[in-house]
Amino acid sequence: MSEHVIPVRTYYAVFAALLAFTGITVAVAFLDLGPLSTVVALSIAVLKATLVLLYFMHLRYSSKLTWIFVGTGIFWFLILIAFLFADVASRGWIPPAEGWNVPR
Amino acid sequence: MSTQVAGRPERPELVAEPRPNYLANGYGIKSWLLTVDHKRIAILYLVSITVMFFLGGVFALLIRLELLTPAGDLMAADMYNRMFTMHGVVMIFFFLIPSVPAVLGNFLVPMMIGARDLAFPRINLLSWYVYIVGAGFTIAVVIFGGVDTGWTFYAPLSTIYSNSNVALMGIGVFITGFSSILTGLNFIVTIHKMRAPGMTWFRLPLFIWAHYATSLIMVLGTPVLAIAVVLLAADRIFQIGVFDARQGGDPLLFQHLFWFYSHPAVYIMILPSMGVISELVTCFSRKRIFGYTFVAFSSLAIAVYGFLVWGHHMFTSGQSIYAGLLFSVLSFLVAIPSAIKVFNWSATMYKGSISYETPMLYAFGFIGLFTIGGLTGLFLAATSVDVHVHDTYFVVAHFHYIMVGGAIMGFLGGMHFWWPKIVGRMYPEGWGKFAVLMIFAGFNLTFFPQFVLGYMGMPRRYHAYPDEFQVLNVMSTAGASILGVGYLIPMVYFLWSLRFGAVAGPNPWGATGLEWTTPSPPPTENFDVTPIVTEEAYSYSKEEPEVVGGTQSTRASLR
Amino acid sequence: MSEVPSPLAHHFDDLTQQKEATTLGMWTFLVTEILFFGGLFAGYAQYRTLYPQAFAAASHHLDIVLGTINTAVLIASSLTMVMGVRAAQLGRRKQIVIFLLLTIVLGLVFLGIKAVEYTHKYHEGLIPGPGFALQGEERMQVRFFAFYFLMTGMHALHMVVGVVIVGMIAFFAWRGRYSPEYYGPVDVTGLYWHFVDIVWIFLFPLLYLLGRH
Repeated sequence: MSEHVIPVRTYYAVFAALLAFTGITVAVAFLDLGPLSTVVALSIAVLKATLVLLYFMHLRYSSKLTWIFVGTGIFWFLILIAFLFADVASRGWIPPAEGWNVPR
Repeated sequence: MSTQVAGRPERPELVAEPRPNYLANGYGIKSWLLTVDHKRIAILYLVSITVMFFLGGVFALLIRLELLTPAGDLMAADMYNRMFTMHGVVMIFFFLIPSVPAVLGNFLVPMMIGARDLAFPRINLLSWYVYIVGAGFTIAVVIFGGVDTGWTFYAPLSTIYSNSNVALMGIGVFITGFSSILTGLNFIVTIHKMRAPGMTWFRLPLFIWAHYATSLIMVLGTPVLAIAVVLLAADRIFQIGVFDARQGGDPLLFQHLFWFYSHPAVYIMILPSMGVISELVTCFSRKRIFGYTFVAFSSLAIAVYGFLVWGHHMFTSGQSIYAGLLFSVLSFLVAIPSAIKVFNWSATMYKGSISYETPMLYAFGFIGLFTIGGLTGLFLAATSVDVHVHDTYFVVAHFHYIMVGGAIMGFLGGMHFWWPKIVGRMYPEGWGKFAVLMIFAGFNLTFFPQFVLGYMGMPRRYHAYPDEFQVLNVMSTAGASILGVGYLIPMVYFLWSLRFGAVAGPNPWGATGLEWTTPSPPPTENFDVTPIVTEEAYSYSKEEPEVVGGTQSTRASLR
Repeated sequence: MSEVPSPLAHHFDDLTQQKEATTLGMWTFLVTEILFFGGLFAGYAQYRTLYPQAFAAASHHLDIVLGTINTAVLIASSLTMVMGVRAAQLGRRKQIVIFLLLTIVLGLVFLGIKAVEYTHKYHEGLIPGPGFALQGEERMQVRFFAFYFLMTGMHALHMVVGVVIVGMIAFFAWRGRYSPEYYGPVDVTGLYWHFVDIVWIFLFPLLYLLGRH
């Protein structure tokens, strides 16, 4: 079975990076970045997840088919989010007609 | 009808060591309940979904009986709500979604690609047990008085106001979803990894492409339904304000999560039948499919596109009109791949050598009725029209044309076509033709008046209606009775054929495809030797191919 | 050493096909899990967008120290898990067992800390339902807690299943079932474990780190 064996060094490096990013994301949470804090937090999470996917789950050394499967799953999740927010975000664009009580 | 044994050509390798067919390979209940043979699991599913079809049919019968008269006299409104809810839940989750994939798909997918079994035989068996547990929950719900929210379980009726067994039903649906997920997962891996040598993607029967696309939907959509049901149950039991507007929740969130799955679910219900039709049309026109690549990709397109249109169920629910615009445009576009299939099937038949055996009659019925159902979907995709016909019988007629006129006819056509392969016996062709014609007539009498009723304004899910709608309702109920009898007839003669039907050889229809190269019924391992594929799919030639075994009457009938 | 059955299943042609099928099967299952948790993330996202102050206020009730420790614990368990898979690739039986047992221990530590957190929430009356302690304006926080319990609860359920499976695989490894030619079950168990870790990687900032400034 000729499958790529990843060296232990790489695993330790990824582990250290994951812990470091965890520390960073906690630290950044205490800064006031306004709307940017969500973006930063999610970006760091995506980075950590990518490291786990590529090295711990050896996606880096997997077939193109596996890449397509992972990409499809993520893309489909994004479809759900995108179209859901297409509704939620645009509901307020048309003001309600006269006389309706609108909750805040 | 006498039992003629059709001639079996001498095949030395078979005569030497005749292996038992999969039905004879082991007797007793344990050999069936602990089987990992995909063919036996298909039979287990066949029995189960037939039972559930009966249950759903009983509810339909009661609905149509109530609607014979304008007044709500047979049952109270609340009881009627439970009738149509249970009819929907049982028919959709326990009949339509599993029917073609779990019966015909399970039986045929490994055989069509030249494999000995699916990739994960034990997971296949598990999926049946999961289905049975889910069905058990549903029957328990029926016994405890049913659910009255509609199969769509909209909040806040389901979470706050309904006093029926919503949570229990939710658990049943949640469990059953995993049966679907496991089947889809199995098919995807099987089709990727277990094709016989030479069976390239573009030599696959279109039945396989259809099941691959269906499996994509099962795997990507069903988990979101599971979450929708979890949130629903949590909100109902703990009143936590997830969908409760009084506490700041959004009832529409439930609808988004629900329809994200349930719209693609309708493509789960139709795509496999479309796969069947591709097989039937080619065999009974003795012709290659017209535009193989287009038909194959159209299955994938339907699967992908089907995920982008779910909001067309929510035009009148309070969804943003801009989102409605987006969903409306996309819903128009999703009709295109389906239309491509209808054109290609028609083009296949053009200048083909068409014969009118029962499976082909089902295929004709499918193409016509699916087209009507699909076109009426376009009416509904137009927001301006939908505002008037949403929640009326127009919608009911639309989806029954597709689900019953389309999906069920495809399922029955497939059952007739592959019956000799599955049990080694032919069904009686005369009765087959009679039944399909009866089903076609009964179906149209049942559901065409409903288009008119809906257009005239009769709402759905109402047990009483204004007097002027009665004539059409009586027609609909009359049609339903005919339809019901029509469905019973194949049930009877299929059972009859097990004992008295003509013994079938390996290929009574002279069809192409690896499944027809095996004995009928096939041995447990399907193939003596792994086949090596060198031909394109549907390699029908102009001359009459050699009919290997099979009764001559099947080919000679009514040319 | 006990007699091990042939690892090649009857319906596969060879071990390569079997490994590829098993691995693809697990990835397909993980795709379903992306959509499964995705549904919960979608609901969370909608309500966080609608009620940012309530969500920020509610997040304060969570213990950021325990949450951070748990994140580190889970990342460590992913390390021990992948080391176990590597040991299987190299045919080192004892190492497989040790690393998998370490993974189980870390997984149980995670679950233990979660149990502690849940107990705190119970005593503070923050479990959504009839006993929910926050009233009036603060009642809007109930949705945050609903999603907190559902998402971390679903995650914990997956952890429990994961611990059981890792335990089974550790047992089979100890019995000598795996070799460099046949270690698929260890590999796919690892994939599952790492996925559950990834879910937590997203849960942690979204639930614990709101409104901390």
